Amino acid sequence: MDAILLQILNGLDKGSAYALIALGLTLIFGTLGVVNFAHGALFMIGAFCAVTLQRLLSLSYVTIDETRTDFLGNPLKVRTPYLESWFGPEVGQAIIDWSVPLAIIFAIPVMVGLGFLMERGLIRHFYKRPHADQILVTFGLAIVLQEIVKYFFGANPIPTPAPEAFSGSFDFGVLLGFEPNAIIYPYWRMIYFLFALIIIGAVFAFLRFTTFGMVVRAGMADRETVGLLGIDIDKRFTIMFGIAAAVAGLAGVMYTPINSPNYHMGMDFLVLSFVVVVVGGMGSLPGAVLAGFLLGILESFASMNEVKSIFPGIDQIIIYLVAIVILLTRPRGLMGRKGVMEE
Amino acid sequence: MLGLNKRDTRFLLIVIALTMLTPFILQPFPEGSALAQFNAGYPDLMQRIAIFGIFAIGFNILFGLTGYLSFGHAAFLGVGSYAVVWMYKLLDYNVLPGLALAIVTSGLFALAIGYLSLRRSGIYFSILTLAFAQMSFNLAYSVLTPITNGETGLQVYTSDPQILLGENEPNIPHLFGLVMSDSYKLNLGGWVFTFNIGYYFTAVIAILVFYLSLRIFRSPFGLMLRAVKSNQTRLNYTGVNPRPYTLAAFVISGMYAGLAGGLLAAMDPLAGAERMQWTESGAVVIMTILGGAGTLMGPVLGAGFIKYLEKIFSKINENVLDGWFSFLPDPLREVVVWIFSRFTGEGWALTLGLMFMLVVIFLPGGLMEGGERIRNLIRRRKNGSGDDASPGRTPAE
Amino acid sequence: MGILEVKDVNKHFGGLHALRDVNLSIREGSIHAIIGPNGAGKSTLLNVLVGKLVPDTGSVMFDGQSVLGRKPHEINQMGISRVFQTPEIFGDLTVMENVLIPCFARRDGAFRLHAFETVETEAELIEQAERALVDVNMADKRHHHAASLSRGDKRRLEMAMCLVQKPRLLLLDEPTAGMARANTNRTIDLLRDIHARRDITMVIIEHDMHVVFSLAQRITVLAQGTPLVEDTPENIKGHPKVQEAYLGEAH
Repeated sequence: MDAILLQILNGLDKGSAYALIALGLTLIFGTLGVVNFAHGALFMIGAFCAVTLQRLLSLSYVTIDETRTDFLGNPLKVRTPYLESWFGPEVGQAIIDWSVPLAIIFAIPVMVGLGFLMERGLIRHFYKRPHADQILVTFGLAIVLQEIVKYFFGANPIPTPAPEAFSGSFDFGVLLGFEPNAIIYPYWRMIYFLFALIIIGAVFAFLRFTTFGMVVRAGMADRETVGLLGIDIDKRFTIMFGIAAAVAGLAGVMYTPINSPNYHMGMDFLVLSFVVVVVGGMGSLPGAVLAGFLLGILESFASMNEVKSIFPGIDQIIIYLVAIVILLTRPRGLMGRKGVMEE
Repeated sequence: MLGLNKRDTRFLLIVIALTMLTPFILQPFPEGSALAQFNAGYPDLMQRIAIFGIFAIGFNILFGLTGYLSFGHAAFLGVGSYAVVWMYKLLDYNVLPGLALAIVTSGLFALAIGYLSLRRSGIYFSILTLAFAQMSFNLAYSVLTPITNGETGLQVYTSDPQILLGENEPNIPHLFGLVMSDSYKLNLGGWVFTFNIGYYFTAVIAILVFYLSLRIFRSPFGLMLRAVKSNQTRLNYTGVNPRPYTLAAFVISGMYAGLAGGLLAAMDPLAGAERMQWTESGAVVIMTILGGAGTLMGPVLGAGFIKYLEKIFSKINENVLDGWFSFLPDPLREVVVWIFSRFTGEGWALTLGLMFMLVVIFLPGGLMEGGERIRNLIRRRKNGSGDDASPGRTPAE
Repeated sequence: MGILEVKDVNKHFGGLHALRDVNLSIREGSIHAIIGPNGAGKSTLLNVLVGKLVPDTGSVMFDGQSVLGRKPHEINQMGISRVFQTPEIFGDLTVMENVLIPCFARRDGAFRLHAFETVETEAELIEQAERALVDVNMADKRHHHAASLSRGDKRRLEMAMCLVQKPRLLLLDEPTAGMARANTNRTIDLLRDIHARRDITMVIIEHDMHVVFSLAQRITVLAQGTPLVEDTPENIKGHPKVQEAYLGEAH
């Protein structure tokens, strides 16, 4: 029992990342009808927003402390972050420590801006082109973005720790009456899951309860009619693209403590996210979220030793296997509509 | 000739000539000159271009004609490589049995995967093929290690049976004693031309499969495949069952991929799982589209272009650039070198990404369309007026 | 016994009873029109006839064989062709290639791996296609891309593609929809001409009464998913039930 609970928990954080990326992909696909292969790159850039902020906050000046020497006997160079000299060592250190959560504030304008730029500059011209062209041009864009990040940050993963306060683990088992240490779960993963829920809830609420969201949903269902009503749907779609970019970016920011970001993390996630979107059903937002968590949890179950001893290698292929079975038995995925993307 | 009309015969002869003369064509600059960097007439690269040309020609039969975008063709490439190395291990280093096995096994693989994947169309088909290929890739790394030798990659060990291995037989890939890696070097003035057995072996196969694809393009079968891409509803109501046609195209293109994978192992007796990864599938998509999907020459052109970029551009590092621009005054040189080095050396992938975007944006028909446009422009200028009789009526070849 | 026999067909979509006890018999060699107000179930009926929809109950027999549960290409191979409301043609191919495809389908069946033959050398089929294009007056456009044709030409091309298969039954779904009067008249003449020269049965689903009364030999009026009357055009014209059905719609 406790093992099962543990696997569900372990699946939640990866599932959250899948769900968030798939949500953005579906928003873009559902509203603009564009298949965005650069969406993984947006996730990656989000992660590097956190890295950038961490570096900015840690910017230091060097002073030479004559009283101490380093191991070569030279006077010791002391690097002091500007923040510490401005706010005092304690507050300064705390700000640096909290750079990942702070990066949320930093990432939102960056990602929304990038989203606007992408939609206006590139995607917009591909509304009427075949899906294959959209896939290809965004794929090219993903390569370009990736290479740019690689130039600035190098090819190696960059560790980006969570704030000190969240570095420990939480003993879930005790709460539920199990032995101590039976189910322990890192705080940050829990936060990631809660964060994902908040974002998903916010997106759904936004679409459900605002007039803007209502128009966008109407546009998703029937773009032409909404256009005929004299509503400037294009402008709204640009904004939607910005929002989808921000969702992907925030998913990336918060993921950095779980997996140190590198320049090709986007591509790694993209392939799986596409599988998630298709399993959920192209164009279905609840489907994307559901499939994201489902596949994340299934993946974590498949990596249990008990399961692996029965089906060797199952952990490697479970997601693809599920995708194949679902696509062959339910042609439109779990919650897809008829006729979407079948031509 | 050979069941081709006059125009196609001429076209095929040109292709044969170009292929045979590649060691000259890709070696335009004398050895030791500043531009020798751009020479690509060395065996490894030429062979790679031919092999990926075969891969792309096959992919084009599926994607270019039927419009079904497979993201899983790398699986067949990998299967082909493994088949050849296994034949090395069991029989001997003669490449022929391995290549035959590569074509057969990849064909069977393609039959199974295609049969299931083709029940869906559009992006669902793409995702299904991707899922099958990624599964093969992950399994090759993990559970299938006894067959694939996992992360190390499959290779020949002295303890392998090699039952046909004769006394004086070469211990590297060969064709009835002709060693693949053997070359003949020709010194002509400042130029050095390399004629490599492996390249010519690959080139002959490439010409053969190019001829096959030309025949398919001109056949009723090819016409049906283009009809699948154009309008499946009408095809259904015309009494044609599209499924076996698309499946046949899928299997044929899978066999081409298997052959290409086999040839990779003929170059270098090694097979690794990374050949099955989706990025490799993505690469063949890029080659086909960059060159021009649905055209005969486009995929080969795309394959050549990308392999050239990968091998030649990646060699041009800052030192090389410094040498080129040494005539410039210092600060200016540094700026120029800095700019160029973003796109060459390590940055070659950036150039590829940009190129790819530009082609998709401005030339949806790929490099072939670019060539066509330039030709029309010249023709129009020659005629001195804007009335073009029928531009683009005949699709680019 | 007619060439096409529809017996007790019912079809529901959720709560909607789209076809209600439809019985229909089409005489071989006739032109039979099916008319009715919007939502009467004409399109549903047509989709049942071509195998796109399977009815909940009843049977559809073509020349003594059931068409139900068969795929569209199998039904076509039985001898039923269909002209769509918006022409379905191969837009990327030339006009000639468009007509050649049904020629191959007629000769080779639903599938044949003719990968090592050449289209150009099929002189007999090319001649067949050529004649079909002459029949619809499009021989001079044989090298045009089909997508670049005018709507009227697309319709005629589609007609040629159907006729070259020498079907025994031709189903036409509003063949003059969205056409100007002059074009409509030309289409009527074309259909009449084809019918006179060939041994073919036509079923026309049509809105335009002018077309219906110029062509049809028998007319079935469909209303609310069920056939109201079936009779000759003369008798249909003044039929009170028909007027009621159409006027009922106006309210």
